[in-house]
Amino acid sequence: MSTGMTSKKVQAGTTEARWIRYSLIGLALTFMFLFLVLPLAAVFTEALRKGLDAYLEALQEPDAWSAIRLTLITAAIAVPMNLVFGVAAAWAIAKYEFKGKSVLTTLVDLPFSVSPVVAGLIYVLMFGAQGWFGPWLQAHDIKIIFAVPGIILATVFVTFPFIARELIPLMQAQGNDEEQAAIVLGATGWQTFWYVTLPNIKWGLIYGVILCNARAMGEFGAVSVVSGHIRGQTNTMPLHVEILYNEYQSVAAFAVASLLALLALVTLVIKSVIEWQHDKDMKASADTPPERPLASTPDALA
Amino acid sequence: MTSLPIAAPAKRRTPAKVLPGFNLTLGFTIFYLSLIVLIPLSALLFKTFTLTWDQFVTAVTGPRVMASYRLTFGASLIAALVNVFFGLLVAWVLVRYDFFGKKIVDALVDLPFALPTAVAGISLTALLAGNGWVGQYLEPMGIVLAFNPNGVVIALIFIGLPFVVRTVQPVLEDTEKELEEAATCLGATRWQTFSKVIFPSVAPALLTGFAMAFARAIGEYGSVIFIAGNMPMISEITPLIIIGKLEQYDYAGATAVALVMLVVSFVLLLVINALQTWQRRRSGAPA
Repeated sequence: MSTGMTSKKVQAGTTEARWIRYSLIGLALTFMFLFLVLPLAAVFTEALRKGLDAYLEALQEPDAWSAIRLTLITAAIAVPMNLVFGVAAAWAIAKYEFKGKSVLTTLVDLPFSVSPVVAGLIYVLMFGAQGWFGPWLQAHDIKIIFAVPGIILATVFVTFPFIARELIPLMQAQGNDEEQAAIVLGATGWQTFWYVTLPNIKWGLIYGVILCNARAMGEFGAVSVVSGHIRGQTNTMPLHVEILYNEYQSVAAFAVASLLALLALVTLVIKSVIEWQHDKDMKASADTPPERPLASTPDALA
Repeated sequence: MTSLPIAAPAKRRTPAKVLPGFNLTLGFTIFYLSLIVLIPLSALLFKTFTLTWDQFVTAVTGPRVMASYRLTFGASLIAALVNVFFGLLVAWVLVRYDFFGKKIVDALVDLPFALPTAVAGISLTALLAGNGWVGQYLEPMGIVLAFNPNGVVIALIFIGLPFVVRTVQPVLEDTEKELEEAATCLGATRWQTFSKVIFPSVAPALLTGFAMAFARAIGEYGSVIFIAGNMPMISEITPLIIIGKLEQYDYAGATAVALVMLVVSFVLLLVINALQTWQRRRSGAPA
Protein backbone atom coordinates (compact mmCIF):
# COMPACT_ATOMS: atom_id res chain seq x y z
CA MET A 1 0.00 0.00 0.00
CA SER A 2 2.67 2.47 1.04
CA THR A 3 4.81 1.71 -2.00
CA GLY A 4 1.73 2.28 -4.12
CA MET A 5 1.31 5.71 -2.56
CA THR A 6 4.89 6.76 -3.17
CA SER A 7 4.95 5.55 -6.73
CA LYS A 8 1.74 7.45 -7.34
CA LYS A 9 3.28 10.60 -5.95
CA VAL A 10 6.34 10.18 -8.13
CA GLN A 11 4.14 9.62 -11.16
CA ALA A 12 1.81 12.51 -10.44
CA GLY A 13 3.73 14.77 -12.80
CA THR A 14 3.42 12.42 -15.74
CA THR A 15 -0.15 11.19 -15.48
CA GLU A 16 -3.59 12.64 -14.96
CA ALA A 17 -5.95 12.89 -12.03
CA ARG A 18 -7.89 9.70 -11.42
CA TRP A 19 -11.25 11.12 -12.59
CA ILE A 20 -9.72 12.26 -15.88
CA ARG A 21 -8.14 8.85 -16.41
CA TYR A 22 -11.38 7.05 -15.75
CA SER A 23 -13.46 9.33 -17.94
CA LEU A 24 -10.98 9.04 -20.82
CA ILE A 25 -10.99 5.24 -20.53
CA GLY A 26 -14.77 5.31 -20.33
CA LEU A 27 -15.11 7.52 -23.39
CA ALA A 28 -12.67 5.42 -25.44
CA LEU A 29 -14.38 2.16 -24.46
CA THR A 30 -17.84 3.57 -25.23
CA PHE A 31 -16.65 4.60 -28.68
CA MET A 32 -15.12 1.17 -29.28
CA PHE A 33 -18.26 -0.54 -28.02
CA LEU A 34 -20.59 1.46 -30.27
CA PHE A 35 -18.48 1.25 -33.41
CA LEU A 36 -16.85 -2.18 -33.14
CA VAL A 37 -18.54 -4.49 -30.64
CA LEU A 38 -22.14 -3.67 -31.53
CA PRO A 39 -21.76 -4.24 -35.30
CA LEU A 40 -19.96 -7.51 -34.64
CA ALA A 41 -22.63 -8.67 -32.19
CA ALA A 42 -25.37 -7.61 -34.60
CA VAL A 43 -24.04 -9.97 -37.30
CA PHE A 44 -24.44 -13.04 -35.10
CA THR A 45 -27.72 -11.93 -33.54
CA GLU A 46 -29.33 -11.26 -36.91
CA ALA A 47 -28.01 -14.59 -38.23
CA LEU A 48 -29.57 -16.49 -35.32
CA ARG A 49 -32.77 -14.45 -35.24
CA LYS A 50 -34.90 -17.36 -36.37
CA GLY A 51 -33.01 -19.98 -34.44
CA LEU A 52 -30.12 -22.33 -35.05
CA ASP A 53 -32.03 -24.51 -37.52
CA ALA A 54 -32.80 -21.64 -39.87
CA TYR A 55 -29.17 -20.56 -39.57
CA LEU A 56 -27.79 -23.98 -40.50
CA GLU A 57 -30.34 -24.38 -43.26
CA ALA A 58 -29.25 -21.08 -44.80
CA LEU A 59 -25.67 -22.27 -44.84
CA GLN A 60 -26.54 -25.54 -46.56
CA GLU A 61 -28.03 -23.88 -49.59
CA PRO A 62 -26.18 -24.92 -52.78
CA ASP A 63 -25.64 -21.28 -53.85
CA ALA A 64 -24.07 -20.53 -50.48
CA TRP A 65 -21.80 -23.54 -50.91
CA SER A 66 -20.67 -22.53 -54.35
CA ALA A 67 -19.97 -19.00 -53.03
CA ILE A 68 -17.87 -20.45 -50.22
CA ARG A 69 -16.02 -22.69 -52.70
CA LEU A 70 -15.29 -19.79 -55.06
CA THR A 71 -14.05 -17.61 -52.20
CA LEU A 72 -11.69 -20.36 -51.04
CA ILE A 73 -10.39 -20.97 -54.58
CA THR A 74 -9.83 -17.24 -55.13
CA ALA A 75 -7.87 -16.84 -51.91
CA ALA A 76 -5.93 -20.05 -52.57
CA ILE A 77 -4.64 -18.60 -55.84
CA ALA A 78 -4.34 -14.90 -55.00
CA VAL A 79 -2.52 -15.25 -51.67
CA PRO A 80 0.34 -17.49 -52.91
CA MET A 81 0.84 -15.23 -55.93
CA ASN A 82 1.23 -12.19 -53.71
CA LEU A 83 3.35 -14.18 -51.29
CA VAL A 84 5.93 -14.96 -53.98
CA PHE A 85 5.80 -11.35 -55.14
CA GLY A 86 6.05 -10.02 -51.59
CA VAL A 87 9.17 -12.04 -50.81
CA ALA A 88 10.83 -11.15 -54.12
CA ALA A 89 10.00 -7.44 -53.80
CA ALA A 90 11.17 -7.31 -50.18
CA TRP A 91 14.45 -9.05 -51.09
CA ALA A 92 15.12 -6.62 -53.93
CA ILE A 93 14.09 -3.49 -52.02
CA ALA A 94 15.47 -4.30 -48.57
CA LYS A 95 18.74 -5.98 -49.46
CA TYR A 96 20.07 -3.67 -52.17
CA GLU A 97 20.41 -0.02 -53.02
CA PHE A 98 19.46 1.01 -56.54
CA LYS A 99 18.16 3.95 -58.49
CA GLY A 100 14.41 4.48 -58.36
CA LYS A 101 13.99 2.39 -55.23
CA SER A 102 11.68 4.86 -53.52
CA VAL A 103 9.55 5.12 -56.68
CA LEU A 104 9.28 1.34 -56.77
CA THR A 105 8.27 1.23 -53.10
CA THR A 106 5.57 3.82 -53.74
CA LEU A 107 4.28 1.88 -56.74
CA VAL A 108 4.07 -1.31 -54.67
CA ASP A 109 1.82 0.58 -52.25
CA LEU A 110 -0.31 2.04 -55.04
CA PRO A 111 -3.10 -0.57 -55.05
CA PHE A 112 -3.90 0.34 -51.43
CA SER A 113 -4.91 3.82 -52.40
CA VAL A 114 -6.87 2.89 -55.51
CA SER A 115 -10.60 2.59 -54.93
CA PRO A 116 -11.76 -1.04 -55.20
CA VAL A 117 -14.29 -0.01 -57.83
CA VAL A 118 -11.53 1.52 -59.97
CA ALA A 119 -9.50 -1.67 -59.44
CA GLY A 120 -12.32 -3.71 -60.91
CA LEU A 121 -12.89 -1.25 -63.74
CA ILE A 122 -9.32 -1.42 -65.05
CA TYR A 123 -9.66 -5.15 -65.68
CA VAL A 124 -12.95 -4.61 -67.46
CA LEU A 125 -11.13 -2.12 -69.69
CA MET A 126 -8.42 -4.69 -70.38
CA PHE A 127 -10.39 -7.89 -70.81
CA GLY A 128 -14.05 -6.85 -71.14
CA ALA A 129 -15.98 -7.25 -74.39
CA GLN A 130 -15.01 -3.69 -75.42
CA GLY A 131 -11.58 -3.80 -73.81
CA TRP A 132 -8.10 -4.05 -75.29
CA PHE A 133 -8.03 -7.82 -75.47
CA GLY A 134 -11.81 -8.25 -75.65
CA PRO A 135 -12.11 -9.21 -79.35
CA TRP A 136 -9.11 -11.55 -79.22
CA LEU A 137 -10.43 -13.27 -76.09
CA GLN A 138 -13.85 -13.67 -77.65
CA ALA A 139 -12.35 -15.14 -80.81
CA HIS A 140 -10.54 -17.72 -78.72
CA ASP A 141 -13.54 -18.32 -76.47
CA ILE A 142 -11.72 -17.30 -73.28
CA LYS A 143 -13.77 -15.62 -70.58
CA ILE A 144 -12.02 -13.45 -68.01
CA ILE A 145 -14.55 -10.75 -67.13
CA PHE A 146 -17.80 -12.04 -65.59
CA ALA A 147 -15.90 -15.25 -64.88
CA VAL A 148 -13.55 -16.68 -62.27
CA PRO A 149 -10.23 -15.42 -63.75
CA GLY A 150 -11.45 -11.81 -63.51
CA ILE A 151 -12.41 -12.32 -59.88
CA ILE A 152 -8.98 -13.72 -59.11
CA LEU A 153 -7.22 -10.86 -60.95
CA ALA A 154 -9.21 -8.20 -59.12
CA THR A 155 -8.48 -9.91 -55.81
CA VAL A 156 -4.77 -10.11 -56.61
CA PHE A 157 -4.80 -6.38 -57.32
CA VAL A 158 -6.46 -5.28 -54.08
CA THR A 159 -4.30 -7.58 -51.93
CA PHE A 160 -1.13 -6.82 -53.92
CA PRO A 161 0.90 -4.85 -51.30
CA PHE A 162 -0.05 -6.73 -48.10
CA ILE A 163 2.86 -9.17 -47.79
CA ALA A 164 5.49 -6.95 -49.43
CA ARG A 165 4.78 -4.05 -47.11
CA GLU A 166 5.03 -6.30 -44.01
CA LEU A 167 8.35 -7.74 -45.16
CA ILE A 168 10.17 -4.67 -46.53
CA PRO A 169 10.60 -2.78 -43.21
CA LEU A 170 11.29 -6.03 -41.37
CA MET A 171 14.08 -7.11 -43.74
CA GLN A 172 15.49 -3.59 -43.83
CA ALA A 173 15.71 -3.54 -40.04
CA GLN A 174 17.50 -6.89 -39.98
CA GLY A 175 20.18 -5.81 -42.42
CA ASN A 176 22.42 -8.05 -44.50
CA ASP A 177 25.00 -9.25 -41.96
CA GLU A 178 23.65 -12.74 -41.43
CA GLU A 179 23.09 -13.36 -45.13
CA GLN A 180 26.56 -12.11 -45.97
CA ALA A 181 28.05 -14.39 -43.35
CA ALA A 182 26.16 -17.36 -44.83
CA ILE A 183 27.38 -16.56 -48.35
CA VAL A 184 30.96 -16.12 -47.17
CA LEU A 185 30.73 -19.50 -45.45
CA GLY A 186 29.79 -21.07 -48.79
CA ALA A 187 25.99 -21.25 -48.75
CA THR A 188 24.13 -20.85 -52.04
CA GLY A 189 21.57 -18.10 -52.48
CA TRP A 190 18.66 -20.46 -51.88
CA GLN A 191 20.27 -22.00 -48.81
CA THR A 192 20.87 -18.53 -47.43
CA PHE A 193 17.23 -17.64 -48.00
CA TRP A 194 15.81 -20.86 -46.53
CA TYR A 195 18.05 -21.22 -43.50
CA VAL A 196 18.95 -17.62 -42.65
CA THR A 197 16.41 -15.14 -43.99
CA LEU A 198 13.21 -17.16 -43.72
CA PRO A 199 13.52 -18.00 -39.99
CA ASN A 200 14.14 -14.30 -39.32
CA ILE A 201 11.08 -13.10 -41.20
CA LYS A 202 8.66 -15.94 -40.49
CA TRP A 203 6.41 -14.00 -38.10
CA GLY A 204 6.15 -11.04 -40.43
CA LEU A 205 5.46 -13.43 -43.27
CA ILE A 206 2.61 -15.20 -41.46
CA TYR A 207 1.27 -11.82 -40.36
CA GLY A 208 1.20 -10.57 -43.94
CA VAL A 209 -0.34 -13.81 -45.24
CA ILE A 210 -3.26 -13.81 -42.81
CA LEU A 211 -4.05 -10.14 -43.44
CA CYS A 212 -3.79 -10.73 -47.19
CA ASN A 213 -6.05 -13.75 -46.87
CA ALA A 214 -8.68 -11.87 -44.86
CA ARG A 215 -8.84 -9.15 -47.49
CA ALA A 216 -8.82 -11.66 -50.36
CA MET A 217 -11.79 -13.53 -48.93
CA GLY A 218 -13.68 -10.39 -47.97
CA GLU A 219 -13.11 -8.15 -50.99
CA PHE A 220 -16.36 -6.73 -52.30
CA GLY A 221 -16.05 -3.63 -54.50
CA ALA A 222 -13.44 -4.79 -57.01
CA VAL A 223 -14.90 -8.28 -57.32
CA SER A 224 -18.39 -6.85 -57.67
CA VAL A 225 -17.38 -4.96 -60.83
CA VAL A 226 -15.83 -7.96 -62.62
CA SER A 227 -18.05 -10.77 -61.37
CA GLY A 228 -21.29 -10.34 -63.27
CA HIS A 229 -23.14 -11.75 -60.23
CA ILE A 230 -24.07 -15.08 -61.75
CA ARG A 231 -25.60 -17.09 -58.95
CA GLY A 232 -23.84 -20.33 -58.20
CA GLN A 233 -21.05 -19.48 -60.64
CA THR A 234 -19.37 -16.13 -60.10
CA ASN A 235 -20.61 -15.16 -56.66
CA THR A 236 -18.07 -14.97 -53.88
CA MET A 237 -19.26 -14.94 -50.27
CA PRO A 238 -19.45 -11.13 -49.93
CA LEU A 239 -21.37 -10.88 -53.21
CA HIS A 240 -23.71 -13.63 -52.10
CA VAL A 241 -24.34 -11.68 -48.89
CA GLU A 242 -25.30 -8.66 -50.97
CA ILE A 243 -27.73 -10.60 -53.17
CA LEU A 244 -29.44 -12.26 -50.21
CA TYR A 245 -29.65 -8.95 -48.38
CA ASN A 246 -31.19 -7.18 -51.35
CA GLU A 247 -33.71 -10.00 -51.64
CA TYR A 248 -34.71 -9.38 -48.01
CA GLN A 249 -33.46 -12.81 -46.97
CA SER A 250 -32.00 -11.27 -43.86
CA VAL A 251 -31.27 -14.46 -41.92
CA ALA A 252 -29.54 -16.11 -44.89
CA ALA A 253 -27.52 -12.95 -45.63
CA PHE A 254 -26.34 -12.64 -42.05
CA ALA A 255 -25.66 -16.38 -41.84
CA VAL A 256 -23.13 -16.14 -44.68
CA ALA A 257 -21.89 -12.84 -43.22
CA SER A 258 -21.35 -14.56 -39.87
CA LEU A 259 -18.86 -16.94 -41.51
CA LEU A 260 -16.95 -13.93 -42.82
CA ALA A 261 -17.12 -12.31 -39.38
CA LEU A 262 -15.71 -15.51 -37.87
CA LEU A 263 -12.90 -15.36 -40.41
CA ALA A 264 -12.20 -11.80 -39.27
CA LEU A 265 -12.15 -12.86 -35.62
CA VAL A 266 -9.81 -15.78 -36.32
CA THR A 267 -7.57 -13.39 -38.25
CA LEU A 268 -7.47 -10.99 -35.30
CA VAL A 269 -6.67 -13.81 -32.86
CA ILE A 270 -3.80 -15.15 -34.98
CA LYS A 271 -2.53 -11.61 -35.51
CA SER A 272 -2.56 -10.86 -31.77
CA VAL A 273 -0.84 -14.15 -30.93
CA ILE A 274 1.90 -13.32 -33.44
CA GLU A 275 2.32 -9.85 -31.95
CA TRP A 276 2.54 -11.18 -28.40
CA GLN A 277 4.99 -13.83 -29.56
CA HIS A 278 7.07 -11.15 -31.25
CA ASP A 279 7.06 -8.98 -28.11
CA LYS A 280 8.21 -11.98 -26.09
CA ASP A 281 11.04 -12.65 -28.55
CA MET A 282 12.06 -9.00 -28.44
CA LYS A 283 12.12 -9.03 -24.65
CA ALA A 284 14.12 -12.26 -24.60
CA SER A 285 16.71 -10.85 -26.97
CA ALA A 286 16.81 -7.59 -25.01
CA ASP A 287 17.59 -9.58 -21.84
CA THR A 288 20.53 -11.43 -23.35
CA PRO A 289 23.70 -9.36 -23.31
CA PRO A 290 24.70 -8.01 -26.73
CA GLU A 291 27.62 -9.77 -28.35
CA ARG A 292 28.57 -6.70 -30.27
CA PRO A 293 27.54 -3.36 -28.79
CA LEU A 294 28.18 -1.59 -32.09
CA ALA A 295 26.15 -4.03 -34.16
CA SER A 296 24.14 -1.24 -35.72
CA THR A 297 27.05 0.10 -37.76
CA PRO A 298 28.97 -2.97 -38.91
CA ASP A 299 29.26 -1.74 -42.48
CA ALA A 300 31.58 1.02 -41.41
CA LEU A 301 34.09 -1.71 -40.56
CA ALA A 302 33.78 -3.56 -43.84
CA MET B 1 18.42 4.23 -39.17
CA THR B 2 18.30 6.56 -42.13
CA SER B 3 20.20 9.34 -40.44
CA LEU B 4 23.65 8.03 -41.38
CA PRO B 5 24.41 9.71 -44.69
CA ILE B 6 28.15 9.14 -44.28
CA ALA B 7 27.84 5.38 -43.95
CA ALA B 8 25.47 5.13 -46.90
CA PRO B 9 27.95 5.01 -49.80
CA ALA B 10 29.83 2.12 -48.19
CA LYS B 11 26.54 0.32 -47.61
CA ARG B 12 25.53 0.91 -51.18
CA ARG B 13 28.24 -1.19 -52.76
CA THR B 14 29.03 -4.14 -50.50
CA PRO B 15 25.65 -5.96 -50.46
CA ALA B 16 25.21 -5.87 -54.23
CA LYS B 17 28.48 -7.72 -54.60
CA VAL B 18 27.91 -10.36 -51.94
CA LEU B 19 24.21 -11.32 -51.93
CA PRO B 20 22.87 -13.09 -55.02
CA GLY B 21 19.44 -12.75 -56.52
CA PHE B 22 19.27 -9.04 -57.25
CA ASN B 23 18.46 -9.36 -60.94
CA LEU B 24 16.03 -12.20 -60.38
CA THR B 25 14.02 -10.56 -57.60
CA LEU B 26 14.03 -7.05 -59.04
CA GLY B 27 13.16 -8.37 -62.48
CA PHE B 28 10.27 -10.43 -61.15
CA THR B 29 9.05 -7.53 -59.00
CA ILE B 30 8.93 -5.15 -61.96
CA PHE B 31 7.38 -7.79 -64.25
CA TYR B 32 4.61 -8.65 -61.78
CA LEU B 33 4.01 -5.01 -60.86
CA SER B 34 3.63 -4.11 -64.53
CA LEU B 35 1.35 -7.03 -65.28
CA ILE B 36 -1.02 -6.62 -62.33
CA VAL B 37 -0.91 -2.89 -61.62
CA LEU B 38 0.79 -0.63 -64.14
CA ILE B 39 -0.52 -1.93 -67.48
CA PRO B 40 -4.15 -2.22 -66.26
CA LEU B 41 -3.96 1.25 -64.73
CA SER B 42 -2.58 2.64 -67.98
CA ALA B 43 -5.64 1.18 -69.72
CA LEU B 44 -7.63 3.68 -67.70
CA LEU B 45 -5.54 6.52 -69.05
CA PHE B 46 -5.71 5.37 -72.68
CA LYS B 47 -9.44 4.78 -72.52
CA THR B 48 -9.91 8.34 -71.28
CA PHE B 49 -7.95 9.61 -74.30
CA THR B 50 -10.69 8.29 -76.58
CA LEU B 51 -12.87 11.12 -75.22
CA THR B 52 -12.57 14.67 -76.45
CA TRP B 53 -11.81 17.29 -73.80
CA ASP B 54 -15.41 18.52 -73.84
CA GLN B 55 -16.78 15.02 -73.42
CA PHE B 56 -14.39 14.42 -70.55
CA VAL B 57 -15.40 17.62 -68.78
CA THR B 58 -19.10 16.84 -69.26
CA ALA B 59 -18.59 13.34 -67.88
CA VAL B 60 -16.74 14.43 -64.76
CA THR B 61 -18.72 17.58 -63.95
CA GLY B 62 -22.31 16.49 -64.49
CA PRO B 63 -24.62 17.62 -61.67
CA ARG B 64 -25.04 14.09 -60.30
CA VAL B 65 -21.28 13.53 -60.37
CA MET B 66 -20.60 16.86 -58.67
CA ALA B 67 -23.11 16.01 -55.94
CA SER B 68 -21.31 12.70 -55.43
CA TYR B 69 -17.93 14.46 -55.06
CA ARG B 70 -19.40 16.75 -52.42
CA LEU B 71 -20.77 13.78 -50.50
CA THR B 72 -17.68 11.58 -50.87
CA PHE B 73 -15.17 14.28 -49.94
CA GLY B 74 -17.35 15.89 -47.29
CA ALA B 75 -18.26 12.65 -45.54
CA SER B 76 -14.67 11.40 -45.78
CA LEU B 77 -13.40 14.62 -44.24
CA ILE B 78 -15.87 14.51 -41.35
CA ALA B 79 -15.18 10.82 -40.74
CA ALA B 80 -11.41 11.32 -40.80
CA LEU B 81 -11.69 14.24 -38.35
CA VAL B 82 -13.83 12.16 -35.98
CA ASN B 83 -11.22 9.44 -36.27
CA VAL B 84 -8.41 11.87 -35.44
CA PHE B 85 -10.11 12.76 -32.17
CA PHE B 86 -11.20 9.27 -31.12
CA GLY B 87 -8.12 7.64 -32.61
CA LEU B 88 -5.86 9.79 -30.45
CA LEU B 89 -8.07 9.07 -27.45
CA VAL B 90 -8.02 5.29 -27.98
CA ALA B 91 -4.26 5.28 -28.66
CA TRP B 92 -3.68 7.38 -25.55
CA VAL B 93 -5.79 5.15 -23.34
CA LEU B 94 -4.13 2.00 -24.71
CA VAL B 95 -0.58 3.32 -24.23
CA ARG B 96 -0.87 5.26 -20.99
CA TYR B 97 -3.48 3.54 -18.83
CA ASP B 98 -4.07 0.05 -17.50
CA PHE B 99 -7.51 -1.42 -17.41
CA PHE B 100 -9.23 -4.76 -17.53
CA GLY B 101 -9.39 -6.32 -21.00
CA LYS B 102 -6.85 -3.94 -22.51
CA LYS B 103 -5.26 -6.59 -24.72
CA ILE B 104 -8.64 -7.53 -26.20
CA VAL B 105 -9.51 -3.90 -26.85
CA ASP B 106 -6.12 -3.45 -28.52
CA ALA B 107 -6.71 -6.46 -30.77
CA LEU B 108 -10.24 -5.29 -31.60
CA VAL B 109 -8.98 -1.99 -33.02
CA ASP B 110 -8.00 -3.86 -36.19
CA LEU B 111 -11.48 -5.30 -36.72
CA PRO B 112 -12.31 -2.88 -39.57
CA PHE B 113 -9.20 -4.15 -41.40
CA ALA B 114 -10.24 -7.76 -41.01
CA LEU B 115 -14.03 -7.58 -41.34
CA PRO B 116 -15.20 -7.68 -44.97
CA THR B 117 -16.70 -4.34 -45.92
CA ALA B 118 -20.01 -5.85 -47.07
CA VAL B 119 -20.47 -7.45 -43.65
CA ALA B 120 -19.74 -4.14 -41.93
CA GLY B 121 -22.21 -2.47 -44.26
CA ILE B 122 -25.18 -4.73 -43.63
CA SER B 123 -24.50 -4.93 -39.92
CA LEU B 124 -24.26 -1.16 -39.44
CA THR B 125 -27.46 -0.83 -41.46
CA ALA B 126 -29.21 -3.40 -39.29
CA LEU B 127 -28.15 -1.46 -36.18
CA LEU B 128 -29.12 2.00 -37.37
CA ALA B 129 -32.27 1.32 -39.39
CA GLY B 130 -35.53 2.42 -37.78
CA ASN B 131 -36.13 -1.02 -36.25
CA GLY B 132 -32.49 -1.71 -35.28
CA TRP B 133 -30.92 -1.87 -31.81
CA VAL B 134 -29.67 1.71 -31.98
CA GLY B 135 -32.03 3.17 -34.58
CA GLN B 136 -35.18 2.42 -32.59
CA TYR B 137 -34.02 4.78 -29.84
CA LEU B 138 -32.59 7.47 -32.10
CA GLU B 139 -35.39 7.79 -34.64
CA PRO B 140 -38.08 8.92 -32.17
CA MET B 141 -35.64 11.68 -31.19
CA GLY B 142 -35.44 12.75 -34.82
CA ILE B 143 -31.91 11.43 -35.38
CA VAL B 144 -31.83 9.36 -38.58
CA LEU B 145 -28.49 7.69 -39.23
CA ALA B 146 -29.37 5.20 -41.97
CA PHE B 147 -30.28 5.65 -45.64
CA ASN B 148 -29.00 9.23 -45.78
CA PRO B 149 -25.60 11.01 -45.80
CA ASN B 150 -25.27 10.48 -42.03
CA GLY B 151 -25.05 6.76 -42.70
CA VAL B 152 -22.18 7.35 -45.11
CA VAL B 153 -20.25 9.19 -42.39
CA ILE B 154 -20.90 6.41 -39.86
CA ALA B 155 -19.66 3.71 -42.24
CA LEU B 156 -16.55 5.75 -43.08
CA ILE B 157 -15.77 6.29 -39.39
CA PHE B 158 -15.87 2.52 -38.94
CA ILE B 159 -13.60 1.92 -41.93
CA GLY B 160 -11.03 4.55 -40.97
CA LEU B 161 -10.86 3.85 -37.25
CA PRO B 162 -7.66 1.73 -37.13
CA PHE B 163 -5.52 4.10 -39.22
CA VAL B 164 -5.14 6.90 -36.67
CA VAL B 165 -4.83 4.54 -33.70
CA ARG B 166 -2.14 2.45 -35.38
CA THR B 167 -0.06 5.40 -36.57
CA VAL B 168 -0.23 7.32 -33.28
CA GLN B 169 0.20 4.35 -30.91
CA PRO B 170 3.88 3.56 -31.64
CA VAL B 171 4.82 7.25 -31.49
CA LEU B 172 3.12 7.66 -28.11
CA GLU B 173 4.93 4.56 -26.87
CA ASP B 174 8.27 6.10 -27.87
CA THR B 175 7.72 9.54 -26.34
CA GLU B 176 10.22 10.18 -23.59
CA LYS B 177 8.79 10.43 -20.11
CA GLU B 178 11.80 12.57 -19.17
CA LEU B 179 10.49 15.45 -21.27
CA GLU B 180 7.19 15.38 -19.43
CA GLU B 181 8.96 15.20 -16.10
CA ALA B 182 11.08 18.17 -17.08
CA ALA B 183 7.97 20.11 -18.10
CA THR B 184 6.35 19.32 -14.76
CA CYS B 185 9.47 20.30 -12.84
CA LEU B 186 9.51 23.59 -14.68
CA GLY B 187 6.00 24.25 -13.43
CA ALA B 188 3.82 23.25 -16.37
CA THR B 189 0.33 22.03 -15.62
CA ARG B 190 -0.65 18.63 -17.00
CA TRP B 191 -2.65 20.29 -19.78
CA GLN B 192 0.28 22.51 -20.74
CA THR B 193 2.54 19.46 -20.82
CA PHE B 194 0.09 17.70 -23.09
CA SER B 195 -0.53 20.57 -25.48
CA LYS B 196 3.06 21.91 -25.60
CA VAL B 197 5.15 18.74 -25.21
CA ILE B 198 3.21 15.58 -26.03
CA PHE B 199 0.89 16.84 -28.74
CA PRO B 200 3.61 18.35 -30.98
CA SER B 201 5.49 15.05 -30.90
CA VAL B 202 2.47 13.03 -32.04
CA ALA B 203 1.16 15.66 -34.47
CA PRO B 204 2.96 14.29 -37.57
CA ALA B 205 1.66 10.78 -36.86
CA LEU B 206 -1.81 12.16 -36.28
CA LEU B 207 -1.69 13.94 -39.62
CA THR B 208 -0.45 10.78 -41.38
CA GLY B 209 -3.27 8.77 -39.82
CA PHE B 210 -5.76 11.42 -40.88
CA ALA B 211 -4.53 11.34 -44.48
CA MET B 212 -4.67 7.52 -44.55
CA ALA B 213 -8.19 7.40 -43.13
CA PHE B 214 -9.28 10.09 -45.57
CA ALA B 215 -7.72 8.32 -48.56
CA ARG B 216 -9.32 5.02 -47.61
CA ALA B 217 -12.71 6.68 -47.07
CA ILE B 218 -12.75 8.32 -50.50
CA GLY B 219 -12.45 5.01 -52.32
CA GLU B 220 -14.65 3.00 -49.97
CA TYR B 221 -17.58 1.20 -51.55
CA GLY B 222 -18.72 -2.00 -49.82
CA SER B 223 -19.61 -0.70 -46.39
CA VAL B 224 -21.23 2.50 -47.66
CA ILE B 225 -23.67 1.35 -50.30
CA PHE B 226 -25.85 -0.64 -47.89
CA ILE B 227 -26.34 2.17 -45.41
CA ALA B 228 -26.35 5.15 -47.79
CA GLY B 229 -29.74 4.62 -49.41
CA ASN B 230 -28.07 5.64 -52.70
CA MET B 231 -30.46 8.41 -53.69
CA PRO B 232 -29.15 10.38 -56.71
CA MET B 233 -27.93 13.87 -55.79
CA ILE B 234 -28.33 13.12 -52.07
CA SER B 235 -26.60 9.99 -50.88
CA GLU B 236 -24.78 8.62 -53.91
CA ILE B 237 -21.01 8.24 -53.51
CA THR B 238 -18.57 8.63 -56.40
CA PRO B 239 -17.59 4.92 -56.66
CA LEU B 240 -21.29 4.16 -57.07
CA ILE B 241 -21.48 6.67 -59.94
CA ILE B 242 -18.78 4.63 -61.70
CA ILE B 243 -20.75 1.41 -61.16
CA GLY B 244 -23.92 3.12 -62.39
CA LYS B 245 -22.23 4.29 -65.59
CA LEU B 246 -20.78 0.82 -66.15
CA GLU B 247 -24.19 -0.77 -65.79
CA GLN B 248 -25.46 1.55 -68.52
CA TYR B 249 -22.48 0.50 -70.70
CA ASP B 250 -21.12 4.06 -70.53
CA TYR B 251 -17.54 2.79 -70.31
CA ALA B 252 -15.96 6.10 -71.34
CA GLY B 253 -17.93 8.06 -68.75
CA ALA B 254 -17.11 5.53 -66.02
CA THR B 255 -13.45 5.69 -66.98
CA ALA B 256 -13.39 9.48 -66.88
CA VAL B 257 -14.79 9.60 -63.34
CA ALA B 258 -12.45 6.75 -62.33
CA LEU B 259 -9.50 8.76 -63.64
CA VAL B 260 -10.47 11.70 -61.44
CA MET B 261 -10.60 9.36 -58.43
CA LEU B 262 -7.29 7.77 -59.39
CA VAL B 263 -5.56 11.15 -59.63
CA VAL B 264 -6.96 12.15 -56.24
CA SER B 265 -5.79 8.92 -54.62
CA PHE B 266 -2.37 9.20 -56.23
CA VAL B 267 -1.94 12.73 -54.89
CA LEU B 268 -3.03 11.53 -51.46
CA LEU B 269 -0.52 8.68 -51.64
CA LEU B 270 2.28 11.15 -52.33
CA VAL B 271 1.08 13.37 -49.49
CA ILE B 272 1.07 10.39 -47.12
CA ASN B 273 4.57 9.41 -48.22
CA ALA B 274 5.82 12.95 -47.63
CA LEU B 275 4.15 13.02 -44.21
CA GLN B 276 5.75 9.72 -43.24
CA THR B 277 9.19 10.95 -44.29
CA TRP B 278 8.65 14.09 -42.25
CA GLN B 279 7.50 12.06 -39.26
CA ARG B 280 10.48 9.70 -39.50
CA ARG B 281 12.90 12.60 -39.74
CA ARG B 282 11.35 14.27 -36.70
CA SER B 283 11.39 11.18 -34.55
CA GLY B 284 14.76 10.03 -35.88
CA ALA B 285 16.52 13.36 -35.42
CA PRO B 286 18.73 13.54 -32.34
CA ALA B 287 17.27 15.79 -29.67
